[in-house]
Amino acid sequence: MTLLARVLPQPTITLVIIGLWMVLASSPSLGNLLLAVILGVSIPWITQSFWPGRPQLARPLAGIALFARVVGDIILANWEVARLVVGPLDRLRPAFIDVPIDIDDPFVATLLASIVSLTPGTVSVDIDRAAGILHVHALNVAVESELIATIKHRYEAPLKEIFGC
Amino acid sequence: MLSFAIPAALALMAVAMGLNLLRLVKGPSTPDRILALDTLTINTIALVMLIGITASTAAYFEAALLIAMMGFVGTVALCKFLLGGDIIE
Amino acid sequence: MILDIIISLLILVGAAFALVGSIGLARLPDFFTRLHGPTKATTLGVGSVVIASLIHSSAGTGGVSLRELAISLFLFITAPVSAHLLAKAALKTQGKPKAGRTH
Repeated sequence: MTLLARVLPQPTITLVIIGLWMVLASSPSLGNLLLAVILGVSIPWITQSFWPGRPQLARPLAGIALFARVVGDIILANWEVARLVVGPLDRLRPAFIDVPIDIDDPFVATLLASIVSLTPGTVSVDIDRAAGILHVHALNVAVESELIATIKHRYEAPLKEIFGC
Repeated sequence: MLSFAIPAALALMAVAMGLNLLRLVKGPSTPDRILALDTLTINTIALVMLIGITASTAAYFEAALLIAMMGFVGTVALCKFLLGGDIIE
Repeated sequence: MILDIIISLLILVGAAFALVGSIGLARLPDFFTRLHGPTKATTLGVGSVVIASLIHSSAGTGGVSLRELAISLFLFITAPVSAHLLAKAALKTQGKPKAGRTH
């Protein structure tokens, strides 16, 4: 283990804490920056033993692309759900769908489940990591295999690329 | 423009929260009621932000953030209670 | 002036989405379909109001204030967690449904 990895076990979380503290502080003074750095370094260090594994960001740039895609999907598909909710209900085709996933890391699997829940039309109900199945409830499905292919292709593949697993 | 949009938005939010209350009373299951409470909290956040825009102060921001945190913790605690009968395992 | 119109539009869109989420909560037929309305529409609804508030307070002070984004960030992290826990609680009280159409 290098010295940098020992001082900063979770560099991403350190950056997030410093960023959040500076955003929440009412004035971006030097004192606040100092406090943010102290918290950003000490919190990951103290909570080190609570983290199950350390998912490594293999390609952070692909992460930004995925983030933009998810935000776009949330906005576009919200219209779809709004239309379904306000329109006639007998046309709804809700269904439980089992999506096979091949992600081993619990953090990355949670991220996938969260993305599926945030994008409208689907909610992840349960995750069976032993069998590698994500149970998804969909508000309106025409073709089941199409939805499974969309989740795997649009969200799972980029996630695997980002975390290199 | 803003003087028209804010009362209109407040009216929409009032109708939305009324519908949440309807679901909260009707149920029929306990998860339905928790979901109604959770939606009520999230709508309250939007409402507090709207009041913050009307009053042009940043003081409401902290209130909204606190309601968001309390609402989340409340939902999680109620769900955990349903799941195991214990809130802390 | 243009800022006023943008803020007004964002506020109205946000409130409309919050209303759609609540309409879904009130009229959809069973628990799992009801779960969709609030977790989605409400997140975007609050998101729009937050961005409106952000533009409003930035225009008021002249600087850029990003504090409101913290609320959005928090909601986007917690909404899937609450939805997941609610779904699990419903599964426990109502029994596990099989994969496939619910009706």
